[in-house]
Amino acid sequence: MARYIAKRVILSIFTLWLVATITFFLMFMVPGGPFLSEKTPSKATLEALNKRYGLDQPVIVQYKNYMINFLKGEYGESLKQRGRTVEDIISSGFKVSARVGGLAVAVALCIGVPLGCIAALNRGKWLDNTIIVIATCGIAVPSFVVSTVLMIIFSVKLNWLPTYGLTSWKHYVMPVMALSFYPTAYISRLMRSSMLEVLGQDYMRTAKAKGLSQFWILFKHALRNAILPIVTYLGPLLAYTLTGSFVVEKIFTIPGLGNEFISSIINRDYTMIMGTTIFLAALLIILNLLVDIAYKIIDPRIKFK
Amino acid sequence: MKRKLALLLAVIMVCMIILPACGTKSGTDGTGTGTGTGTGTGTGTGTGNDGGKAVETLAVNVGPDPDTIDPALNSAVDGGTMINHAFEGLMALDKNGVPTEAQAQKVEVSEDGRVYTFYLRDDIKWSDGKPVTAHDFVYAWNRAANPETAADYAYMFDVIEGYEDVANGVAGAKLNVVAKDDKTLVVTLVTPIPYFLELCAFPAYMPVRQDIIEANGDAWATKVETYIGNGPYKITEWVPGSHITMSKNEHYYNVSKLGPNNIKFVLMDDDVAILNAFRQGEILFADSMPNDEIDAWRDKPEFNLEGQLGTYYVSFNVTKAPFDNPKVRQAFTLAVDREFIVKNIGKAGQVPAGAFVPTGLTDADPTKEFREVGGDYYDPYDYEGNLEKAKQILAEAGYPNGQGLPPIEYIYNEGTGHQAIGEALQDMWGKLGAQVTLASQEWNTFLNTRKNGDYQVARNGWLCDYNDPISMLDMWITGGGNNDAQWSNAQYDALIKEIKTTTDKNKRFELMHKAEDIIFDEWMLCPIYYYVDIYLLNTKVEGFYSSPLGFKYFMYASVK
Repeated sequence: MARYIAKRVILSIFTLWLVATITFFLMFMVPGGPFLSEKTPSKATLEALNKRYGLDQPVIVQYKNYMINFLKGEYGESLKQRGRTVEDIISSGFKVSARVGGLAVAVALCIGVPLGCIAALNRGKWLDNTIIVIATCGIAVPSFVVSTVLMIIFSVKLNWLPTYGLTSWKHYVMPVMALSFYPTAYISRLMRSSMLEVLGQDYMRTAKAKGLSQFWILFKHALRNAILPIVTYLGPLLAYTLTGSFVVEKIFTIPGLGNEFISSIINRDYTMIMGTTIFLAALLIILNLLVDIAYKIIDPRIKFK
Repeated sequence: MKRKLALLLAVIMVCMIILPACGTKSGTDGTGTGTGTGTGTGTGTGTGNDGGKAVETLAVNVGPDPDTIDPALNSAVDGGTMINHAFEGLMALDKNGVPTEAQAQKVEVSEDGRVYTFYLRDDIKWSDGKPVTAHDFVYAWNRAANPETAADYAYMFDVIEGYEDVANGVAGAKLNVVAKDDKTLVVTLVTPIPYFLELCAFPAYMPVRQDIIEANGDAWATKVETYIGNGPYKITEWVPGSHITMSKNEHYYNVSKLGPNNIKFVLMDDDVAILNAFRQGEILFADSMPNDEIDAWRDKPEFNLEGQLGTYYVSFNVTKAPFDNPKVRQAFTLAVDREFIVKNIGKAGQVPAGAFVPTGLTDADPTKEFREVGGDYYDPYDYEGNLEKAKQILAEAGYPNGQGLPPIEYIYNEGTGHQAIGEALQDMWGKLGAQVTLASQEWNTFLNTRKNGDYQVARNGWLCDYNDPISMLDMWITGGGNNDAQWSNAQYDALIKEIKTTTDKNKRFELMHKAEDIIFDEWMLCPIYYYVDIYLLNTKVEGFYSSPLGFKYFMYASVK
C-alpha cells in the first residue's frame, strides 16, 4: 500500500513536470505576445518590458530560468496585471472559487444522491420518469443559459436576489445553483443506475429476509455500496469546480480563479498561464490519487501493483 | 478495515468541499447599493474610513478589472476614470471639457508659449496627509517617460524638452521639468503645444509618490494601503474582479463640494449581467450594453449618446497586391455603404466617416471643428454615386468589373459586430467584382498579424489620446509602431515633423489638414465611422459628466 502510494506520487511529479514543459513550449508557439494592444507601445518600451521579464532571452534559457525559479517557489509576476504576483492572484481567486464551487458540489451531492435513490426505488413510475427528464435537461443545458435564466427570473422579474458580487448569503444562491446544475443531474443519473444494480444483488434479498426495515436496508446496505461510483466522479468534479467556472464567474461578477485561466491565455500572460495550468494539473492529480486509493481499497478485486 | 479507510478518505474529500465553504468571508459592508436619499452636500464627517456603513454609495460600472491603475502604466479608459477619482493633475477637466486649475492655482505661460510655470495650491495633500509638492510632479513625469518604467503612454511626454534623451535611455537624462521650490513647477516644451494644459489633466500626468513606489515597486498600485493619491477620493476597499470602493479623501482641499460619500466601481464584464444590474438599480451607471438591446433603450431617458474621438476604419496593407495600387484602394474605399453599416450593424448612432480625423476636435479657430474646416474627402452619404465612381476607378486601375483582381482576404478579430461589418464589406466589395473571403482571428494573434503586415486588408480602429488631430495623424509616420498599413511617405513624415515643431498655431493646423490630404491622395485607409460612446445613466443621478476621451466623472454627482 505505502509502496503503491509512493509510486503514484513519483509518477504524479513526473506528470506535472511533463504538463509544465509541454505548456511552456506550446505557449511560446502561439503568435502574439503579452504586451501587444490596439495601441502598440513604442519600441523602447517593448524592449524594456521584454528585458524586465526576461523575454528577450532564447526560449530554452527562459524555460531553464522558469523551472529553477519554480523549484525555489517563485512563480513570477503577472505580465498583464502589473505589480501582482501569480501566487497572489491564484490564491485570492482560488479562495473565492473554492468557496462557491465547494458549496456547489455539496449541493449537487445533497440533491443528486437522494434524487437518484428516489428514481431507482420508483423505477418505471412517473416519479422516476420525471427525474430522468430533469436530469437529462440538466446535462444538456449549458451553464451560461442556466445563469442567464436564473438571473432573469430571480433578479429582474422577482427582484429577490442581487445580480453581482459575493457579499451576503443571497449572493451565493444563483452562482451555486448555476454551478451545481450539471453535477446534480449527472450524480442523480449515476446514482440511479448504480442503485438499481445494488438493489438487484442477492444480499439485498437476504437483508429483506432477515426482516430489516426498508429504511435500514437502504441506508446501511444499499447506499454505502451504491455511492462508490459517485466517489470516483468526485475527484475530477472537485478539481474542476473548485477552480471556478469562467462563464458563471463572468456573469455573476465573482472574483474567482475561473476567469484567470481564459484571460491569461487571451492576454498571453505567460507566467499566469504557467501558474494556472500547473495549479489545476496538481489539484487534479492529487484528487485523482485520493480517489484511486479509495477506490482500490473499496474494491478488493483490484490489487495494488 | 479497508472499508473504514475508504470511508476516512471519503470524509477527507468531503472536508475539502466543506472547509473552503466555511472559510473566512471577506469582511465587507454587505448590503450593496443603498441609493441614499440625501443630496450629499453636507460636510460628511469624512473620518469614516473603516468602510463601515455605506451611507451614500454610488455604484457604477465603467469596465471590468483594470489591468493597472498606476497613473503612469495605465492606458485604458476605464482605468483612467478610476485614476481621475483617486488622483488630480495640475489641471482638471470641468463639465465642459475645459482644463481648469486644480492642483495648480495659477498658470503662467511665457510669451513664446514654450515655458509653463505652475503655482501649486497651498492646501493640497496626499490621502495620507503629507503635502503635495512640485517635486512629486517632477518625479512622476520622469518616471512615466523613462523606458525602464515601460509605460504605454511614455510618448505622451514627447512634448516636453529632454524627452528624446530620456526615451533613448541616455544616462542621467531628465525631462525639462523643474521644481523651483515646493510649490512652483516650471515646464519647458519642445514647441508651443496648444493642448498642453489638457495633457496636464490626463491620468498619465498625475503626480505619484516617490517614497511609496521606491519602497513597494509596481505592487504599490495593487494594494489599498499603498495606493496613496492626491485626488478627491481614495480607495478604501479593493476586491480584484469584484469591486473597487472609493471614499472621500478628507485631505482633499475641495472635500466639502464632493458628491457621494462612496463610489463603488463594480468590476463587471458581461454586458447582459451589467444591464441586469442596471435594471435592478444595483448600479446606477453602465458604460456598456449588449448591441441587441440598443434599439429597445434608444428612446429611454437613461440612454445617453456622446461623441467619441476616434475612427473605425479598414487598414489596407499597401505592400500587398492588389492594395499596393492607390486606385484600387480608392475604389474599395468608395464602394462602402457606410449608412447601412451604421444603421444596421453599429446601431448606436455612429457617424458615417468621410475622412480619418473624427468629428469633435477643434481647429485653429476654437469655434470651428477640424472636420468642418477640412471637409469630407468623399460624401459618405452618397453610396450610389460613390459606387459608380468606384467602378470607374477600378477599371482605370486595370481591373474592369473586378476582372484580374487576386482573391482578397479580410481579417478581423472575433466578435459579432466586427464579423457583421466584414460580411457587409464582403458584399459591398463583391459589387466591384472582388472575391472577398473573411477570416477571424483570436485577438492577440490578430494584433500580431496586423502589426507584422501579414494581411491584405484588416479591421482597425483608433481612439485619440488627447484632443488634438495630431493624435490621429502621427501614427502613420514611416516605421511607426501602429502603422499597420506598412505605409511610408517621405513628404508625410516631413509634415508631421514640421507640425511637431512649428510654433504658429494657424500654420500648425494648416499643416495637419495637409497631412490628412496626403492620406487621401494615397487612399491608404478606408474610414467606416466615427465612434460614439453610449452609456446608461439612472435618471436619479445628477451632476455626472464625461469627457470626449471617454472618462467619466462621478465626484460631483448626487442621487435624487
